[in-house]
Amino acid sequence: MANRYGKGLIGGVIVLALLALLVHWIGISTIEHYQDDLLFYLQAHLYLVLVSMFAALLVGIPAGIFLSRPSMAGRAERFMQVFNIGNTVPPLAVLAIALGFLGIGSGPAIFALFLASLLPIVRNTYEGLKNVQGSLKEAAVGIGMTPRQVLWRVEMPNAVPIIMGGVRVALAINVGTAPLAFLIGANSLGSLIFPGIALNNQPQLILGAACTALLALLLDGLVIFISRRWLERGLRPA
Amino acid sequence: MIELQNLSKTFQSNGKDVKAVDSVSLTVNEGEICVFLGPSGCGKSTTLKMINRLIKPTSGKILINGEDTTDLDPVTLRRNIGYVIQQIGLFPNMTIEENITIVPRLLGWDKQKCHDRARELMSMIKLEPKQYLTRYPRELSGGQQQRIGVIRALAADAPLLLMDEPFGAVDPINREMIQNEFFEMQRALNKTVIMVSHDIDEAIKLGDKIAIFRGGKLLQMDHPDTLLAHPADDFVSNFVGQDSTLKRLLLVKAEDAADNAPSVSPETPVAEALELMDELDRRYVVVTCADNKALGYVRRRDLHRQTGTCGQYLREFTATAASDEHLRILLSRMYEFNRSWLPVMDAERVFLGEVTQESIAAYLSSGRSRGAKTSIVSPADMATA
Repeated sequence: MANRYGKGLIGGVIVLALLALLVHWIGISTIEHYQDDLLFYLQAHLYLVLVSMFAALLVGIPAGIFLSRPSMAGRAERFMQVFNIGNTVPPLAVLAIALGFLGIGSGPAIFALFLASLLPIVRNTYEGLKNVQGSLKEAAVGIGMTPRQVLWRVEMPNAVPIIMGGVRVALAINVGTAPLAFLIGANSLGSLIFPGIALNNQPQLILGAACTALLALLLDGLVIFISRRWLERGLRPA
Repeated sequence: MIELQNLSKTFQSNGKDVKAVDSVSLTVNEGEICVFLGPSGCGKSTTLKMINRLIKPTSGKILINGEDTTDLDPVTLRRNIGYVIQQIGLFPNMTIEENITIVPRLLGWDKQKCHDRARELMSMIKLEPKQYLTRYPRELSGGQQQRIGVIRALAADAPLLLMDEPFGAVDPINREMIQNEFFEMQRALNKTVIMVSHDIDEAIKLGDKIAIFRGGKLLQMDHPDTLLAHPADDFVSNFVGQDSTLKRLLLVKAEDAADNAPSVSPETPVAEALELMDELDRRYVVVTCADNKALGYVRRRDLHRQTGTCGQYLREFTATAASDEHLRILLSRMYEFNRSWLPVMDAERVFLGEVTQESIAAYLSSGRSRGAKTSIVSPADMATA
């Protein structure tokens, strides 16, 4: 116990030190200068990420479940190629294509982010469900669960660690790709980064990049916390 | 009671029909343990899984208490049949209590009743409910997990239990304990059990009946002692092993193999005791008191040319046999104490007879078996009587 808290404490101190270094490098005056912009763009960035992630989960998890059903065996891999598109086409190209028929603003940005996040979620939901031990499924059917009960009470809860792995990958891709939305007129932390590049304004560029990275780490931490606290009970060694 | 009638299963493999189970018919009475035994791929597991319709039979019927199950909804059917698998199959995402009460909850029992049932079952396997019910399966040892697997199958009080190599994944020491525990529970609750096994010793130990399968066919189904004494063909005889007679030692209880030996009382004069021993050509005789409790024994060598009563020359037993101990234990004890005989006594030390190395040999070679119709009734027959 003491050991665990000790480790936590050391970790906390290191993080604080790194943050202090980062703030020192960017300069407090820069942060004060961009404070209002920063908050506004952070909000906009979060909005893009959350909406597109939510949509990706809403489509990706049911799609993964559908592909993992026995009736889809043999065809699942071919269907999976559909979702591959989102990741094989570069986000920039997707943005450009989306621009063509959705116009400028948040709409096409959210659509492009949605496509980019979709594959890891579908793929991991599918693999997670496939990898639930056969003996668990046999036991579940054998004691008299309906297929729906087997899915929701046994398969899904036991696939959570793998599904969550996919969600985290998707989230990292999503947060990291969102700054590109600046290019089609949507607000995000990219609105600090790109002008920073264009005007050769190093502090502004670094501020935007650092905030994007911090946001990705923070959201990832949040997902881990929620998953371990509520979704993965009993699945990890104590 | 469960009855299989001409049950068959044909699989398609590379366009060819493969008969996994070939018109198997058998009956298991209420309260009996029937063990399906055979090499891998003999169709024993397939037969078992057809009973709860994890595998759909190609033809044939399964009757449970006289009712044909063909038209029953599989989910309802399975909820009324306990199922235990080798890999245990506890759900890691559920606590022990949730695991145990899963079937009752599927059947819609209320919360309190489920909780009480879980506590009751936990105390049956001697695990402290307070300590274990809130844990997750991962936090328990393999043996404990398998015990939970067994009581999960008992939770909804289904009269029939199907077990697919239930103790195969447990280490030998734990297996022995869990088998004993399971056997006691089965006898106490009077469950009908069908168990798949490839372990002949397990089958002998637990089975009221053993069904031997080969290539999808049922070769022989008998009481274990009958099976060992009278195997139907060479395959069965090879499968039960060259030492089948020694294996029977496990099945025969001391009281079955005991001779009706004479006894004397402490007040019997020495001369009379010597005469008795001469007449029966014995070197010793057991001394019992008025209510037939064994006190000890006297040896001919000690009484030789002596006077008085037997009580003066009484010797204590160094080793005795309880009536419900099996012959394997008795033989081991005879060798341990270097005796050629042991007195058989019940719990109140009432003298029932003697087991000698000769009486054991006579029993094993006589062709008598516990399953056959002899004066000795097998537990299986007693259950139906």
